Order: sequence, then C-alpha cells, then structure tokens
Amino acid sequence: MLRWTAIIILSITTIGAGVWGYKENQDKNAVLIQAENSYQRAFHDLTYNIDLLHDKIGSSLAMNSRDSLSPQLAEIWKISSEANSDVGQLPLTLLPFNKTEEFLYDIGEFAYRTAVRDLEKKPLSDEEVKFLEELHTKSGEIEGELRKVQNVVLSDNLRWMDVELALATNDEVGDNTIVNGFKTVEKSMEGFEDSVTQTGFSASGPEKSYRNLQGEKITEKQAKKIASKFLEKVSPDKLTLTKSGKGADVPTYTGSFENGDRNGYIDLTEKGGHPLTVMISRKVGDAKISLFEASEKAKEYVKGLDIENLELVESNQYDKMGVFRFLYTENDVRFYPDSVVVKVALDNGEVLGLSTRDYFNFHSDRELNEPGISLEEARKKVNPNVEIQDHHMSVIENDVNEQVLCYEFLTTMENTTYRIFINASNGHEEKVETLKKAEMKFNQDI
Amino acid sequence: MVVFWGMALLLFPLSELTYVKPVQGFSNQVIQQGATGEDVIELQSRLQYLGFYNGNIDGVFGWGTYWAVRNFQYEFGLEIDGLVGEEVKNKLNKASNYDEGYVKEQIRKGNDFTHYGGTPKSQQTKEKPDQKQQPKQQEQNQQQQNQQEQPQQQEPSAVNVPSGYSQNDIQLMANAVYGEARGEPYVGQVAVAAVILNRIQSASFPNTASGVIFEPRAFTAVADGQIWLEPNDQAKEAVMDAINGWDPSGQATYYFNPQTATSDWIWSRPQIKQIGKHIFCK
Repeated sequence: MLRWTAIIILSITTIGAGVWGYKENQDKNAVLIQAENSYQRAFHDLTYNIDLLHDKIGSSLAMNSRDSLSPQLAEIWKISSEANSDVGQLPLTLLPFNKTEEFLYDIGEFAYRTAVRDLEKKPLSDEEVKFLEELHTKSGEIEGELRKVQNVVLSDNLRWMDVELALATNDEVGDNTIVNGFKTVEKSMEGFEDSVTQTGFSASGPEKSYRNLQGEKITEKQAKKIASKFLEKVSPDKLTLTKSGKGADVPTYTGSFENGDRNGYIDLTEKGGHPLTVMISRKVGDAKISLFEASEKAKEYVKGLDIENLELVESNQYDKMGVFRFLYTENDVRFYPDSVVVKVALDNGEVLGLSTRDYFNFHSDRELNEPGISLEEARKKVNPNVEIQDHHMSVIENDVNEQVLCYEFLTTMENTTYRIFINASNGHEEKVETLKKAEMKFNQDI
Repeated sequence: MVVFWGMALLLFPLSELTYVKPVQGFSNQVIQQGATGEDVIELQSRLQYLGFYNGNIDGVFGWGTYWAVRNFQYEFGLEIDGLVGEEVKNKLNKASNYDEGYVKEQIRKGNDFTHYGGTPKSQQTKEKPDQKQQPKQQEQNQQQQNQQEQPQQQEPSAVNVPSGYSQNDIQLMANAVYGEARGEPYVGQVAVAAVILNRIQSASFPNTASGVIFEPRAFTAVADGQIWLEPNDQAKEAVMDAINGWDPSGQATYYFNPQTATSDWIWSRPQIKQIGKHIFCK
C-alpha cells in the first residue's frame, strides 16, 4: 500500500514538474522571440531607411528647381534622424560603429542647414554640391553593405540575439556574419571623416575648446595648494592627487579627500591651475536660510575666483539647495555661453559646488561688433502679440554654433514668459525660448 | 491664529526684531525669484488678491510671480527690482488680505482655485475632477477645525525643474545612476549622470535620455534589471547636479569597471580619469 502511494505521488510530482518546466520554457522562448523581433525590426528599418536616404540624396543632386530642393532636403533630414534612431535600438554599443552614426548625423545637419536656408537668395555652392555628391557615394556604399548583410540574415535565419551573445562573451566576434558586415560598413566610413573636416560641414568637427586658458603650467605641489584652498583648507597631505589621462579635452589635476561624512573633489586645469569643478558632499539639513541670503553667499564666493565681471542671472531653489548661474558680462553685454554655476546648501549657507567648465570652454577675447540696428528697430522685429517686459544685450550661440550679438527681450504672452533674441547686426530672429514654469508635483499626498 | 503668531515671535531672536519691524504674515526673509515655500504661497495669494498675479498659487517664485512683483512695485512707486523685501511686504500687507486657511486647504486638497479680492471664495474654487470619493462631511469639518487651531507647514504644490527636463526624466536618470553606481562616491554618481547627458549631446548616440539609457547593451544595470531598484535621494541629487552643469567625468561618453569589463575595444578608448571603481573615457 505504502509503495503504491509513493509511486503515485512520485509520478504526479514528476509529471507536474515536467508540465511546469515545459511551460517555463515556452514562456522564455516567447520572451526571447519578442526581443529578437524588435531587433529584427530595427535592423530591417535601418536598411530600408539607408536605401531611401541614398535615393533621396541622388534625386536632390538631379534637381534643378529650388522649390523642390528644400522639401527634399527636409525629408533627407527626417530620414537620417530615423536611421539614427534605428541604430540606437540595435545592440551595437560595444561595436565600433560611431563613425557611421556620425555620418548619419552629419547628413542630418547638412540637410537641415540647407533646407531652412533661402535657396533662392543663397543657392548651393559648388563645395556644397560636391559634399552632397560625397554623401551620395558613401550612403551608396553603406546601403550595398547592409543589403548584403540583410540578405544573409534572411537566407540563413541569423539571429541578433546571437550577435548580442557574441558581443557579451567577446570570444567569437570574428565569426559572426552580422558583426563582420557592420565592421565593413564602419571601415568604409574612414575616408569620409577627413573630407568632412576639410569642407567644414561637420557639426562634430574638432572643437576649439579651452583655447583661452591663461597662466603657466603648475606643478603637483602648487596643484595641491590650490586644491586645498578650494576644499575648505584641508591639509595638503590628506589630498589624493591624480593627473588626467590622454583622453581629456584639457589636461587636469584631480584632487579629492574623504573625511568621514564629508567628501571633497576638485578638477584643476594643469595650465594656470583654474578650478573647473568643485564639489563637496555632505548631509544637508532642512532649508533654514532664504534663497536671497544664499545668493549673497554665492556672489561673495565668485568674487574669490580669478574671473572678472560675473553677473547673477538665474537662481533656483531645489529643495535644500540653491543653484545660482552667473554669466560673464562686458559693457552690459551678457555672454550666455560663458557661465559659472554655484551651489549653496540652504541649511547653513555653505558653498557646496562650483562649475566653471562652460566658462573656460567657451570664453575667448572676442571683438564685439557694434550693433547694426538700434534697440527700437529690434523691438519692431518682435512678434506684436507678446508684451515686452525687459531687455538686455547678450551674446548667444545660435543653431549653427556661431556666437552672435543679440538684443534680448523678456516677453510675456498670457501666463508664459518667452525670451526672444534678435540679431543686433541684421535683425534676424535668432532664437525664441519658452522659459519653463514650475512643474506640478505629481506624487503629492492629498 | 493668535497662538501661532505668539509662537512665531518666540522663535525669532529679539535682536532681529529690534531693527526689523515684524511684518504680519511673511517671515522676515527677503524673497526672490527661484525661491519656493510658504512665503511664496502668501506672496502669490496677496498679489492675486490685488489682481497682479494670474497664475497658479503653487509656492514657486517663477517668472509669472516675478513680473507680478515688478508691476506691483511700479504701481506703488517702489524700486523695480523684483525682490520682495521689507517695504514691499509692508505695502502688500496694507493693501491686501490673505485668507491663509482657505489657500492652504485648497492646496492640500489639490483643488483648482484662485484668490482674487472682492469675489466670493465659493466661486473661486473647483474641486479636482479625478479625485477619489470625497471624505465624509464630518471628517472635513474636523480637518477645518484642526487647521484653525494650528496652521501646519504647507509644502508648495509645485517644484522648480531645470529647463528641458521634467521630474519624470530626472527620476528615470536617477534610476539609471542608482542602478549603475550606487556603491560609488557621490562624485562618481554625478560623473555617471554626466556621461548620460554627454551621450545625449553626442552625434553618435540617441538624442533623448530614454534613448541613451535603453540603448541595448549600453548599461549593464539596464540589461540585468537593476535600473528598477528604488533610487535614493543622493542619486537624484547627482542627476540634478549633472543637469545644472557639473561634469566631473571630463566630458566622457564611456565608462567601465576595469574589473568586470569584457570588451577589448573599451580598453582602446582614450582614458580621462578614474573615479571610484569606474574609468571614464572618450
């Protein structure tokens, strides 16, 4: 009797385990297939879009009338952005594929800039036509290669999940057809980069950053001294100092200390010993001082920097922190790219952070042109539906990355505030920003 | 009310009161643009009472409030600087009434409401349409009573967010930062957040925070689900710092943990620096 009961119970559990295991396996496969399908979709979309891109660039070369060229360029812009988003959905992050992505981005940039331009007045230059031809050839190469890969994927039932696995384990990358195909595409892009930088159409070209750093190279000992000055005078022996590697945009010394709950961190440029990033972290209690009082502390703090003419333009309270943005000003002209940010704890008014990265990155001794139009003329260029509340002179970076002198108008329409920049030399409306309103709390307990 | 003011007087040191005449209502701090809190709620209510302010009374001193203050200063012949100091507060107190109980109750209930002078309060409030069943009448009465006895601290109903990002975007990034770098020093967390932002700017990555975070194989914490752990406040603060302009990574677009990195390619990237366990590179 006992034996039979045991046999029955055992067989029921065995069958049960079998059924459960089968179901689990089925579920797992369903999830895997779904993941595979979304990869497949992104991949086939990508090849289709590249195909389309190649065609459209080709027909834009053949076009003669300006009326059809602008919409065509706008479409190229749209397709390149879709192709870029397809790439972002494929598991290629650890594969060198960035040149191709930059290529797509460059197509988009070029198409956008030319599409929004008035081609009647400023038709495509010979150089630009040559660039377009180059884009046509290159996109043709990518298209051919991707079509080949696509064909193999379809005929041999290759799976992207295997690519992912191969990339993750890193052993058989060499044998994977898909990976090889994408590597070939990337190789074909190598010549392109040079020609882009030559023609100067690239948005990702060499940056002229940190070109105006003043001062001599500092030694490690000097670096420690400066670091200690900014990190609440912690003794230099307690500081750990390291030098940046070869990937850094600007050579820096990094100093840090740890003292129980308090941590400090500072980045100093090697040339001149200017502080780029200062951060002190500690537990911050409830806000006790007002934002105004904190702003006075921040103003006092930036006076201690070797940067002149900083004006406070924006203050924000984020819970227990006050964040203050200063801009470099010269003869009452605000330089929006040259900003310095200071963070103040609102429990006791201590400065907990400084970032001058933007300032040193963009600041240069530039010659300012005299404005070509008067304030009144600029005022007339502003949309008559908005009410002008305040105005300044300022320098901003426009959407083609040029620094331009503008009349800045703070305006309101209904309950929203807009900042409008009118180019001071030609009256062109450079930029209109909606100044953000505070956001409702969504998770408020009622 | 009387009890409260008595308490308030006790709380402020007398030395401050000797030269600053206490203003009924406001605390004696100068209120400026960007501030949040109870003073701002009162300021907005009083400005709305006089018809200068037409936005929501939410406790955040934004642009709408700023223009209202300036217009008020202009009308009352004060210096136009958008700062709410002693003089402005005095003038406001004289010119307007502030029904503190009403305003705070409306905010607590999440109602859509206004606080204009000369209009009956009942016409100025609209109950939130999607609110759950109203609490029973009794409870409501009791709540009102409690409130009259001792007004509680009222949190603003809105928050400042850096331009271009909503609280939810910040939350998503905080999730990613927490999943990736919760054992790291604070600076290391800011650096990871900065890498996400640098990627959004970069030509070779997607253009949105979600696109960058969910790019397949980009972050291990996304691949193994650690991104869905509940982030702590520190991770959120790190994201806020990065958005506000701090970048200790040195404009890096990649980082890896040298102990667990499996790809040879990542080692070939030009390195910038190491923070905690992560090496940051271009």
